[in-house]
Parts: sequence; C-alpha cells; structure tokens
Amino acid sequence: MSDITETTTLGDGHYDQPNEAVKEAVDHEEAVISHDHDDGHWSDLQFVYLAIGLAIVTAIEVALSYMVDDLGALFLPLLLLLMFVKFFSVVLYFMHLKFDNRWFSILFYMGLFLAVGVYIAALLTFEFFTA
Amino acid sequence: MADTAVHAAAGHDDHHADHGGHYTSTGLSNNKLAMWLFLGSECLLFGGLISTYMLYRGRHTANLGPDQVWDIPFTSASSFVLLMSSLTMVLAVTAAKRRDDRTTNVWLSVTALLGSLFVAGQVYEFTVFYREGLGYTTSLFSSSFYTLTGFHGVHVTVGVIMLLAVVGMIIRNRIPGDKAEVVELVGLYWHFVDIVWILIFTLVYLIPA
Repeated sequence: MSDITETTTLGDGHYDQPNEAVKEAVDHEEAVISHDHDDGHWSDLQFVYLAIGLAIVTAIEVALSYMVDDLGALFLPLLLLLMFVKFFSVVLYFMHLKFDNRWFSILFYMGLFLAVGVYIAALLTFEFFTA
Repeated sequence: MADTAVHAAAGHDDHHADHGGHYTSTGLSNNKLAMWLFLGSECLLFGGLISTYMLYRGRHTANLGPDQVWDIPFTSASSFVLLMSSLTMVLAVTAAKRRDDRTTNVWLSVTALLGSLFVAGQVYEFTVFYREGLGYTTSLFSSSFYTLTGFHGVHVTVGVIMLLAVVGMIIRNRIPGDKAEVVELVGLYWHFVDIVWILIFTLVYLIPA
C-alpha cells in the first residue's frame, strides 16, 4: 500500500502531492483493512473474562458428570448445551469469526456442518442412537 | 506512476489489500482463507475419529472400559490448562496487532509451555492406562480411544512446534510481511486444537459409556 501513498509523478518526472483520486483509493483500502482486522474492540480484559467464564462452564460440566443419576434425562442435553456454549465461544470470540469476513465463516462452517451431517448419518446407519 | 495512481483509483473496488499488504482478487488474505479451509477439512478428520470412538466405546473387556480407567479430575485439569492456553494465545494475537513483539513472544512462549504441559499430561495418562493393561490392541474401545486422543496430541505437539518457531522467527526478525497475520494464523490453528478438545472432553470423558 505504501507505493500508492507515495506522490504521483508528472510528465516532467517530478513528484507531485497525492491527488484526490489516490487519497480516495487509499482511504477505501484502509477501510477494507480495518474491516478485515475488526476485532470487535475486545480488550485483553474482556478476553480474560471470557476465559474465566469458560473455566466456570468446564467446572459445571465436571460437576454434572458426577450427578448422572440425579439429573436423569436432563443430563445429556445439559452437558451438550454447555459443550456447544464453550465451542462457539472459542470459535466466535477467540478465533474472531464473529467479527471477521463472512467468507471465513462459510469455509469453516461448511466443513463443520458437512462433518456433523456425514457422521450423524453414519452413526444412524450403525443404529448408534437406537442402541 | 501516474498510471499506477489511476489504476489504484479506478480499480480499488476490485483489488483490496489483505493483511500482508498484497492484492488479492477477493480482497482477503489468501493465507487466512487457506487456514480456514484447512480447519474446515480438519473437522471431517476429527468427526470421523470421534464417531468411530462413539461406535466402539462399548466394545471392551469387562474390567477395562471407560468407566474403569478414566481419571476425570486429572483430565479436567488438563482441559483447564488447554483452555487457558487459548487465552494466552489470543493475548499474543492482540499484542502482535499492537506490534508489541516482546509481549507477543512472552504470550506465545506461555502458550507453548501450557501446550507442552497438556501433552505431558496426555503421555502420563497413556502410561497409566497402559500399566493398567489397556494397550492399543486390547479392544476396539482402546484402539479408537488411543487413535482419537493420539491424533489430537500430535496436533497439539505440532502447534507447540509452530509456536516456538514463530517465537524464534520474531526474535531473529525473519518473518517477511505482516507478523500479526502469521501470529493470527498460528492462533487459529491453536484455538482449533482447543475446540476439538472441548468436544473430546465432553463426548469421550464426561458422557458415561
């Protein structure tokens, strides 16, 4: 980008001040970069809070694993819900997918949902859920 | 140069800058696109391994099943270590974006240390299981378990090597282009390793067989 921000040359080989068209192009580029790099303005402290939250969720998961009999049918949905909360918290915030360009999301979720679909179908074929 | 200026002005809609300052037809970093595509494909790999384990977790000898060998408190501590390594990794990425090389290196090194601690814990866990009689070919359960967690352990090890390599390259100033993007790419890989463990920890360790 620096080569664009340099002054433009005139016919006599002298350098002139950047013209408006160049400035506009550079501004647009910087806007694009800013969008691509947008981290949602999360500070380090906010990331620390999120990590503490994830640690607490992990502790709850472990506690639930000792209460299988008490929770009965609620046990599995609760555990899976907490797992998804942790999973998507890391994906959306630590991996910045929430703030990044949607093409990155498309590429990742394409693989993720394909995997989930294919392997749920495979498990159904082997009657995993009915067994 | 006048031509360059005109092209830049007229064609700026088509050629956006990416992280490294190069121009791509999409306006996005090709490296980052490739990394996300790679991570998407890794979902298929680990999906296959997790599904195989789920199918075979009940195929074991009477006294060497998941409920007999798991040490949940120990594995919970390992999970906590890996989760915290995701925090230190994201702190390294934000420091790299601030162009603070020293802080970046500190957080990358801490991340590598936590990753090494996790791998050491996994080696210890495997050793304990082996001494209890759970070898790789003891049962379908043990084979699928060691394959799944072993693949994950190898990914963590590769991540640690990548982290240490980046630290060395930053110290020697050997990274061409945008350092922040390189740190971010390694960070994406590292976080992926963490989310895979989030799935493994719940599906393999916490849900009773």
